Amino acid sequence: MSQEMIPGAQALLRVFEEENVDVFFGYPGGSVIPIYDALYDAENVRGVLPRHEQGAAHAADGYARVTGRVGVCMATSGPGACNLVTGLATAYMDSIPIVAITGQVKTNLVGTDSFQEADVTGITIPITKHNYLIKDPHEIERFPDILREAFYLARSGRPGPVLVDIPFDVSAGPVPWVERNIEALDGFEELAVPDDADIDRAADMIEAAQRPVLLIGGGVVHAGASDEIRALAEKCSLCVVHTLMAKGCFPETHPQSMGMPGMHGMAYGSYAIQHADLLIVIGARFDDRITGDLSRFAPDAKVIHIDIDAAEIDKVREAQVGIAADARIATRELTQAVSARDAGEWEAHLQQFKADHPLCFADEDELMAPQLVVSKLYEITEGRAIVTTEVGQNQMWAAHYYPLLEPRRWCTSGGLGTMGYGHPAAIGAQVGRPGELVVDIAGDGSIQMCIQELATGVIEKLPIKIIILNNSYLGMVRQWQDVFYSKRYSGVDLTGNPDFVRLAEAYGAVGLRCAEREQVVATLEQALAVDDRPVVVDFAVSKEENVFPFIPAGKSYEDIMHCPLRQTQ
Amino acid sequence: METQRTLSVLVKNRPRVLARVAGLFARRGFNIDSLAVSTTEDEAISRMTIATTADPPTLKQIAKQVQKLHDVVRVIDHTEQKVVERELCLVKVRVERTQRPELISLCDVFRGDIVDIGNGGVIVQIIGDSDKIDAFVDLMGEYEIVEMVRSGKIVLDRGAQG
Ligand SMILES: Cc1ncc(C[n+]2csc(CCOP(=O)(O)OP(=O)(O)O)c2C)c(N)n1
Ligand SMILES: [Mg+2]
Repeated sequence: MSQEMIPGAQALLRVFEEENVDVFFGYPGGSVIPIYDALYDAENVRGVLPRHEQGAAHAADGYARVTGRVGVCMATSGPGACNLVTGLATAYMDSIPIVAITGQVKTNLVGTDSFQEADVTGITIPITKHNYLIKDPHEIERFPDILREAFYLARSGRPGPVLVDIPFDVSAGPVPWVERNIEALDGFEELAVPDDADIDRAADMIEAAQRPVLLIGGGVVHAGASDEIRALAEKCSLCVVHTLMAKGCFPETHPQSMGMPGMHGMAYGSYAIQHADLLIVIGARFDDRITGDLSRFAPDAKVIHIDIDAAEIDKVREAQVGIAADARIATRELTQAVSARDAGEWEAHLQQFKADHPLCFADEDELMAPQLVVSKLYEITEGRAIVTTEVGQNQMWAAHYYPLLEPRRWCTSGGLGTMGYGHPAAIGAQVGRPGELVVDIAGDGSIQMCIQELATGVIEKLPIKIIILNNSYLGMVRQWQDVFYSKRYSGVDLTGNPDFVRLAEAYGAVGLRCAEREQVVATLEQALAVDDRPVVVDFAVSKEENVFPFIPAGKSYEDIMHCPLRQTQ
Repeated sequence: METQRTLSVLVKNRPRVLARVAGLFARRGFNIDSLAVSTTEDEAISRMTIATTADPPTLKQIAKQVQKLHDVVRVIDHTEQKVVERELCLVKVRVERTQRPELISLCDVFRGDIVDIGNGGVIVQIIGDSDKIDAFVDLMGEYEIVEMVRSGKIVLDRGAQG
């Protein structure tokens, strides 16, 4: 039987079709021209053109987070591929499924320092789940399968970015096309299910616990386990704390929600953990932003740890029961195995923590507190936005003052903390869910790192809202200098910021400014009314506001610095 | 307790697989005391024998992290196993003519072989587990060691399981 031979670029588009990729975020260049040429005639897939490859990677990431599908980005060899690096590292740290397609110089030139050659597979080994360079004949032969494998790897198990580096002559030249289903691929695995004995032990521990706390992380988003988490929490009257990654997986307005614990978390959530005798940790990895000083973290708690990645169990904190399995299946089985219980006396303590340590900020006349802007945004959007964030104080205020009720409405760079993420992520999110309201809660520093994507939003007619909490500072760094370096502000003054309104207008977006607290709601309403292009709203907020609570790095929940207002009350 | 332990890592014979495994050790702060890589009974698979100094939880973590690499087929932790362990060492020593008989008898005790006698010195080959080689190299310290190379240890489990 003669084998069907088609150009590599066609094979790529066919695999896109198999994988239901109808849009990707890519930037062309010499080595991907054959792919862009094939795209010219493609009916089922289109490329969105960002203005920088970093934007392509973050947009694919935002798309993946809100849709639950694999996001795809593309770049040319050398500089193009190198520009993806920050986006891949961001996705890797947060376990976001992305397939990155990069062009490479021709196979016979690989390794010769040829024009626009960079060792992209070498560079991205530590920031991808896996990567491929299609160079040797047996790789070219398997090209369609390698692409399928890339998609499968990206979304399966613990998701993450996968990169496929395709030399020019592979996309331009013939490759054999074979149909294949995913089960036949190298590395295919069934979803990991838990051991019955472990589930029973975990159930016993929950039944025996006096002060249990359920800590959920990003794995709950990836597993689609929110309903199961809620069922478990309600059956066993568990209070629930979430990491930054799991925001929305358990409704933040639910009476059992104790918010986000940790460095900038709600103090009441941190205190719940600190007093717990049992931590049920699902899809979270004991990041140092949650634990602080490990030796003092949840000192009295036994641990049940459920994670799809076996290497996370016992990595940071030893678990008495470790279950390396899919969070949805494991949580469901645990809920079935465990007997209903009530919260008992623990409930009163939890309510006390909440009553004693609510979030607070200086909501006074004259002041335009950044927290106020986010709160008003929450009120007038009735909490129905998809929220992306930049990094810094803006990110924490978004986490604090925009409670979410559902997963996949939150895009933030949790693990890597990448400034510049929120804007392109908002673009990806809006492309993925066109009917939704998408808001980037931004800082004046971060927004300048991918500001060029305004052009993308305008051309794509994306009505994203960019809310700049403009404090004229690299606020989070300034805060550290304020608290730990006796206000020796160094390298944090953003005097010289552009006029964001005119900047937006220069791109063809809408620019709005608000410098008075009475105008916050009206300005937001004006922004929300725009439905055919991005809006940038420059909120001139109070410059030296700090994020509280605040636990200095390496300290513990015993060292929480509370909002100063509360101490004077 | 931190002692030297050995892992065998069976990997697919693919480009960069060594870089992936070695890079993982480096990036996660695990050290590699010795590393030997070779082909196996299956031509698609290579075997990396890695000696590392770690306490048991760290070793477990290393094994789990390595196992996650897509090109890694299997990680074998030899800590609890009965194994045959071998390493090959070549030592070049400078000895006076008069010292040669003594060197030869030392080699006999350790079942070492004198594999070359040249201007630069005498090259002794010794094969054994790492402790034996350590002991032999110590003894050679009485002469002038010109240079030395060790292959890194290789290990097979004595049990039935492959
Ligand atoms: C790419 C990148 N560079 C540097 C940092 C370090 N950093 C963390 S927060 C921050 C300040 C962010 O300033 P801005 O965007 O204005 O936000 P604010 O904290 O003022 O709300 C900086 C520089 C980072 N997280 N990412
Ligand atoms: Mg700022």
